[in-house]
Amino acid sequence: MTATPIDTGFKGSAARNAAARARLLRGLLPALSLALVLMAIAWLNPRAISYFGFNLMLNLAIPIALATIAQMFVIAGNELDLSIGTFVGFVGCVTATWLKDAPLVGIAILLGSIGVYALLGALIHLRNLPSIVVTLGMSFVWQGLAILVLPKPGGKAPDWLLTIMSLKPPFIPFPIIAALLIGLVVHFGLMRTSYGAILRGSGGNPAALRRAGWSLLKTKVVLFALTGLFGVLSGMALIGITTSADANIGNGYTLLAIAGVILGGGEFVGGRVSPIGAVLGALTLALAASPLLTFMHIPPDWQVAANGAILIIVLAARVLISRKER
Amino acid sequence: MTSVKSLLAKPWIWSFVGALLVWLATIGFTGGYGAGGMVTAALSLAVFTVIVGVGQMFVITLGPGNVDLSLPANIGLASAVAMKVMGGSDSMIIVGLLAAIACGAAIGAVNYLLIWALRIPPIIATLSASFIIQSVDISYGRGLQIKPPPGFADFANWQILGIPVLAMLTVLFTIGAAIALQRMIYGRSVLAIGQNIRAAWLAGVNVGRIRFLTYTLSGALGGIDGALLAGYFRGANVDIGNEYLLASIAVVVIGGTSVAGGKANVPGVWGAALFLVLLLTMLNTFGVSAGVRLLLTGLIIVGVITAAGGEKALR
Amino acid sequence: MPQAIADIIRLDGAEKHFGAVRALGGVDFHVGPGECVGLVGHNGAGKSTLMHMVSGTLVPDSGTIGVHGNAEANYSVSRAQQLGIRCVFQELSLCPNLSVAENTRINHASLTGFGWRRKAAELITAKLDEIFPDHGISAWDIVGDLSIGRRQMVEVARAFTVTQDRLDLVILDEPTSSLDAHTSGQLLAFVRRFVGSGKSCILISHVLGEVLRNADRVVVMRDGKVVAADAASAFDRDRLVTAMGGAEGHHRSEAETAKAEAGPLRVRARPARQEDGKELMARAGEIIGLAGLAGHGQTDLLLAIFAAASRARTGMEVTAPVALVAGDRQSDGIFPQWSIAQNIGIRSLARLRNGLLISPQREAALAGFWQKKIGIRTPDMNHNIFSLSGGNQQKALFARALGSDAEIVLMDDPMRGVDIGTKLEVYDLVREEARKGRTFLWYTTETEELDNCDHVYVFKNGRIVANLGRDELTEEKIIQSSFGDAA
Repeated sequence: MTATPIDTGFKGSAARNAAARARLLRGLLPALSLALVLMAIAWLNPRAISYFGFNLMLNLAIPIALATIAQMFVIAGNELDLSIGTFVGFVGCVTATWLKDAPLVGIAILLGSIGVYALLGALIHLRNLPSIVVTLGMSFVWQGLAILVLPKPGGKAPDWLLTIMSLKPPFIPFPIIAALLIGLVVHFGLMRTSYGAILRGSGGNPAALRRAGWSLLKTKVVLFALTGLFGVLSGMALIGITTSADANIGNGYTLLAIAGVILGGGEFVGGRVSPIGAVLGALTLALAASPLLTFMHIPPDWQVAANGAILIIVLAARVLISRKER
Repeated sequence: MTSVKSLLAKPWIWSFVGALLVWLATIGFTGGYGAGGMVTAALSLAVFTVIVGVGQMFVITLGPGNVDLSLPANIGLASAVAMKVMGGSDSMIIVGLLAAIACGAAIGAVNYLLIWALRIPPIIATLSASFIIQSVDISYGRGLQIKPPPGFADFANWQILGIPVLAMLTVLFTIGAAIALQRMIYGRSVLAIGQNIRAAWLAGVNVGRIRFLTYTLSGALGGIDGALLAGYFRGANVDIGNEYLLASIAVVVIGGTSVAGGKANVPGVWGAALFLVLLLTMLNTFGVSAGVRLLLTGLIIVGVITAAGGEKALR
Repeated sequence: MPQAIADIIRLDGAEKHFGAVRALGGVDFHVGPGECVGLVGHNGAGKSTLMHMVSGTLVPDSGTIGVHGNAEANYSVSRAQQLGIRCVFQELSLCPNLSVAENTRINHASLTGFGWRRKAAELITAKLDEIFPDHGISAWDIVGDLSIGRRQMVEVARAFTVTQDRLDLVILDEPTSSLDAHTSGQLLAFVRRFVGSGKSCILISHVLGEVLRNADRVVVMRDGKVVAADAASAFDRDRLVTAMGGAEGHHRSEAETAKAEAGPLRVRARPARQEDGKELMARAGEIIGLAGLAGHGQTDLLLAIFAAASRARTGMEVTAPVALVAGDRQSDGIFPQWSIAQNIGIRSLARLRNGLLISPQREAALAGFWQKKIGIRTPDMNHNIFSLSGGNQQKALFARALGSDAEIVLMDDPMRGVDIGTKLEVYDLVREEARKGRTFLWYTTETEELDNCDHVYVFKNGRIVANLGRDELTEEKIIQSSFGDAA
């Protein structure tokens, strides 16, 4: 009797190993797609693979990565934020005006906007609202506020922000270091801390979490506040690069951020997200969005399409892998 | 809670009440000046929102997670296709319209193909598709300066006794949609799927075919909307459909359709579309800035969904 | 120290109603320290309701709860946790996206700070080692990757882990339902050791032998009441079965009309996991039972047959239209926004048409016919489906299937939680429809329902393990087959 293998139920250890292998493969997919894009760039234009080249190509990678991380937090709680793009734009406008001219007021506004995000989380949880509609409405609110703050393109980034964003560390380009740092910090916070496990659990099995005595209101508020926080960071980083703002500057980020999370191995439901994957996904999109396509002589007309196609191809690859899983 | 529920039992009433109030506020502000013209203008513009709104309504009624984000790109491309096929010639109007509808329907079908084959959430499927459509449109429509055939432009702007003919036709269309929703197998099936997709399958509903039809219908309505918009505004352009992403979802939600699926409301789409158009007119009349206008629009949508809330999420 | 010998938990006169249904009618129940209480009874007898009260997830309508000799006015889950009472629920309450260690952390608020992952991993691994030696589970495995059986092992082990809160009583609700004989044995041996150390357990199981062998005291429930409670040694199988109200098939003979070697073949189906040649066959006019422990592939086979009716599948032969009567009404059957009539008509829309449109008259006529025939108690079939009691909702689902053109009716344990009156009415109807030539495939977890069947396939681990004819049908035999080598 003791020799009986512990093959309990339907999935044996062989099947489990296969599942773990497929998970690993899926986990590697973001890195793999980034490597593919890099190789393509290297092949098309070897000179681009250099300190200067990366600095140029990954110019906007930091704000995109931050916005992607922001989106990842709400997705971890089975919600979606369709307003992150206009929120980034709003933050950009505040950064280029108040934060420079009256730093204390600027900081208060930005903290307040994170508070608004937290309140939205509470509202969505308490009234059981569809986040997609609420945030769609909020996207208009942020855009309206952005126009009120900065009716015409302009303003100027605070000097300290410009200094940070134009850092030129030796050997490794700043965007790469920053992206690495963002990924690791968030990975630690969400994947390694004890409350991070609770946050992810709230997306995985909310009922079980409630039964164990955790407040789902609190997890939702925390997740939305984190989205707000990283949205603020993204908007500030963006202005640090572009030096001046425009109310529409962040509009494209909503879709980029969702795409980045999905490219990075995240799933819309079930609390399955990966911070490092999300950053890799954002880098892939940043590279694929313009440098690669430019090197491939893809006309600007078709660059948006290429982004859509990349998204579809990666999703198709994922489906193939999860079919194998069965 | 039950009294609130029974009060909201006919939620579409509120969108009409809202539209009426906004209209009264505006003519109160202007001292009655332009009251009739405002209604005419509102009807003409609301038509375009209603057409895509009905398509979006059927999609959203399919249940949590279903939404068509490709409508703006779809409208843009279809407007270009219609103008190009018509080529400014009155004899090609019907062909051009059919081409626009076919183009839209094909986009809808591709949307569902992505959802079904890649098993990805409709949000991402329609989003990825819209990226591609947008590029096709930019490339296809580049330098496209073709005006609509005069007959078509006149038709799109034709009024009888101050009532746009297009609005009358759209009323007929929405009546048809309401009948299809409540009295035809297709509509019943959509409602069943939206309430409980698994129960619908187990009750013998052909879930795959109904979802395919619904996305295709939404696409086709986007297509015809694009053609009509190009006729109304006398020309196609890439951005012509941009405002219809939010508008199409907003009129569905404000009109009393449940974002949790399974409960749809056709008259509400009209009420909500009129409400939104009149709201914009009012804010313009009051002379508020673009920023305030956007801010108020957003707050109203959040406010309405909060008031109507308490249902399962759209995902 | 009188507290030392106080009961861990004591409920007096606990009552609970769900709408018009009385789930518990004045139950007295207690668990003392160092004892394992077996709780048995048929589905719907009120076991789960009682256990939800013990673990704090349900509040009784009336009656008192006392823990460790003190009355608890505001008893809740977190209070139960503090007082050392835990429950392993039947539905898995693990987060599939988290690792085994992270899932352990969810139940222990004190597992925080530096090194919590290591602590959680050690905690759960030690407990798994203790209960299930050679379990083969790593604390870093993602729960979603584990088999059902391993998930159950993790869940059970997690309930026994201790950090800051005390642990006195663990409720095990069908803890062996997904475990094999070997691991079940390990778990039950651990339960004995746990009880031996002065702690307590409540063991709920359909496997009566398991209860008789491991419990010190057995409580039998029936229709929301405790009908017997005594030392386990005072019970044997027969006495338990009698107390539970399991009619041992005495009144079955009247239904036994000699059937002519039945009509044409309607269904031939082989479960996906079947390795030997066994397959399910059903002919016109037959009522075929699907038995075995819950979740051992019966529903899967019904769904596969249902799917095969619209799209051909290998290993499946379905020769007539199919309808399904759901057991889990909320998730598989009811359309909550609709009236009773609409809920009945959905399966027959094509026949209700008049031209292109659905005719309200025909829909009303169909609903009216079945309201009379099956006795749906409502003043108006246009009322919302939820205006009906549970049993009448189930009747509406039967009306949906029987009112359709389906010649094959699949029943997915449809009588769960339905009152006995409704059950008897439906049994008669099913037999009547079978005489008219309809084929019924009837999955049920209630053994006495199988008495209505012509023959019964017993399932285990997704396979058919036995095909019992009407004459060889006893609860003993079914349980024996469901457990294969065990028992």
